Amino acid sequence: MKAQSLFVNMDQLLGEAAKLQVEGYRYVALTAVEIDGQTVELIYHFDLNLGMRHLRLSVQKGTRVPSITPVYLAAFLAENEIQDLFGVVFSGLAVDFKGTLYTENEMRGRVPFCRYTVVGSEKGEAAGQGDNSREDSSGEAS
Amino acid sequence: MKSTVIPIGPQHPVLPEPVHLKLTVVDEVITDVVPSLGFVHRGLEMLVDSRDYHQVVQIVERVCGICSMMHAMCYCQGIEEMMGIEAPPRAKYLRVIWSELHRMHSHLLWLGLFADSFGFESLFMQFWRIREKVLDIHEATTGNRVIVSVNKIGGVGKDLDDDQIEWILSELKNIKREVRRLGPTLLDDYTVKKRTVGRGVLTSQQAIDLGTVGPTLRASGVARDMRQLGYAALGELDFEPVIEEAGDSWARCKVRFKEVLASIDMIRQAAGKIPAGDIAVRVKGAPPEGEAISRVEQPRGEVFYYIKSKGQKKLERLRIRTPTFANLPALLSILPGLYLSDVPVVVLSIDPCISCTER
Amino acid sequence: MFKMTPNILRNLITDKATRLYPFETREPWTGVRGELGIDIEKCTFCGICALKCPTGCLSVNKKEGLWICDPFVCVYCGVCVESCPKKCLYQDLVYREAADEHGKIVMKGEPPRRKKEAET
Repeated sequence: MKAQSLFVNMDQLLGEAAKLQVEGYRYVALTAVEIDGQTVELIYHFDLNLGMRHLRLSVQKGTRVPSITPVYLAAFLAENEIQDLFGVVFSGLAVDFKGTLYTENEMRGRVPFCRYTVVGSEKGEAAGQGDNSREDSSGEAS
Repeated sequence: MKSTVIPIGPQHPVLPEPVHLKLTVVDEVITDVVPSLGFVHRGLEMLVDSRDYHQVVQIVERVCGICSMMHAMCYCQGIEEMMGIEAPPRAKYLRVIWSELHRMHSHLLWLGLFADSFGFESLFMQFWRIREKVLDIHEATTGNRVIVSVNKIGGVGKDLDDDQIEWILSELKNIKREVRRLGPTLLDDYTVKKRTVGRGVLTSQQAIDLGTVGPTLRASGVARDMRQLGYAALGELDFEPVIEEAGDSWARCKVRFKEVLASIDMIRQAAGKIPAGDIAVRVKGAPPEGEAISRVEQPRGEVFYYIKSKGQKKLERLRIRTPTFANLPALLSILPGLYLSDVPVVVLSIDPCISCTER
Repeated sequence: MFKMTPNILRNLITDKATRLYPFETREPWTGVRGELGIDIEKCTFCGICALKCPTGCLSVNKKEGLWICDPFVCVYCGVCVESCPKKCLYQDLVYREAADEHGKIVMKGEPPRRKKEAET
C-alpha cells in the first residue's frame, strides 16, 4: 500500500485529484484515521483497472480541508461522514449536511470516533457551523 | 409551477430499510433529491477498540446480514495479508462456494423485492421460495441460515464432505431449473418492461464519475468486478463479469438475474476442482502490524476494507466502505427528471442496503 | 391461455410450497448451531470460552464453579464450542424459543480443587 501512496498537502490535494480524474481513476473511498490528539490523516483511495492509488493528507485538527467534491462528486457522503464523526470540517462541499448526516444537533461539536483527547475550544472552532457547539465540546470524551 | 416537497421514508412500504429522501416535486416530476441517513448508525467501526482482532470477525459479519460471509472473508483476507499467512487451498475453495451461495441468496432476495416494488406479488413469493432452498443449504452446511459465521483468520471453520457437495450440486440443479422458469416472467413481461425500461438511466461515463460499483456499474456497460482480482480461489476458476449496456433499471435487473445463474456455474466449477487438505492454518506469532486494504465483490458491489494496526491485540482503525455507500450518489443523480411513481422502482434498482451503509 | 393451462394443472396436483408451521415442523439439519449448552461435569472452569466469546455473553467463576450464559446476548457463532479444550460445550439442533422474561442460564459444577486443598 505504501508504494501507491502519495503524500500531499492541502494546496496540492485538488490538483492531484483532478490529475487522477483525467487519467480515468474512479473514486473508491475516503478514510479518516486519527493519528494522535492533534492530527487526523485523510486517505483518498482511487482505482483504475483494479490498480489502486492513494492520496494521503495530514490534517491538523481545527483547520479546514478543501473538499474534493468539485472533482469527484461521489465523495460528498464520505466527507459528510468524516465531518460528523471526526470533526474535520470541509469547505466547498457540494451537499453539506452541516453535521446532521449521522448525528443530531445536540451532538454538535463532539467527535464520537476520535479516541484521543481533543482540546475543547479548538473542537468548537472546527465544528464551527453551530453557535451552541462551544459549550458542548468542553465535555469531550477521550 | 409551484414546487412541492414530498418526503419518502424512513418508513415506506417498498423500502426494506430506513432511508429518508426529501423529494422536491414540480407537478409529478422530481426536480431535486436530498437524502438523510443515520437511522441505523451503530458505530461498528469503533467496536474494534474493545475486541481483539479475532473477535472482530463476528462483528464485521453483522455489518450487513445479507452479505455477512463476504464481509468476514474480506476482513480475514486483509488480516491474513498483514500477518503474512495464507489460507490453505481447500479453505479458499470453500470460501468461494459459500460466498457464491451468499450472492445467490442476496440476488434472489433482491429480485423478489424488486418484483414487489412494482406490485408483482406472486413473482415476489416465487423468488423467495427459491431463496429458501439456498438458505437450507446454508443451514445444513454451516449451521446458520444467514449469518453463516464460517470464516476465521487463517481459513474456514467448517468443512464440506463429499456427500454434502453432491447434495449441494443436486439442489443447485433444481434451483437453476426453477430460476430459469421464472426468467421470462421477469424479463419478457410487457408490464415489467413498461415500468423499468428507460427508467433511471446511468451512462457508463456517469457511472464511473460517480464511483458506482457492482451490478449498478456493470449494467452501464463497464466490465468491472472485484472477482477479477482473483481473491480466494477465484483466480483458478473461469470467470467472466456479466454486463449490460442500457444502464436503466431493467438492465440492472437483468445483470442480477444472470449473476444468479453465473454463481451456480461458479459453485459447480469450484466443487469440481476442490482439493483435499486442511481447512485452516494455525495463527501464530505477533498480532498484525501495518496497514492493509482488502476488496471483495459482494452481491451489491465492491466492499472496501482499510485495516490499520500497531501490532497490538486491538486494531487501531477499521474502515468499511460498503457498496451502497458508493451507489447512493448515483441514485441521487438519476432521480431528478423521473416521475414520482418511478421512485420505488428506481430506488430499489440499486439494491440499497442502508444498515451496511451506516454501519 | 395455452401457456396458463399446464401451470394450473400442475398447481392442482402438486403439494403446497409452504408448511403449516406451528403444527408441522421440519426435521432440523444436522450440524445446526442452536441453543448453547454445557456438560458441566466435564468443565474445568478454565474460562477460555468467556475470553473468546465475541459478544461477552459468557462468564465463568472458577472459585465457585459457576458457568453463566446470557442467552439473549449469544449470537450462535459457535466460537466457544470450537475453542473449548475439554469439548464440554455443545449446541443443540433447535433454536431457543421466544421468552417473555429475561434470564440467565447458570450452571453450577464442582470447581477443580488445587492439590493443596485436596490434601488437607
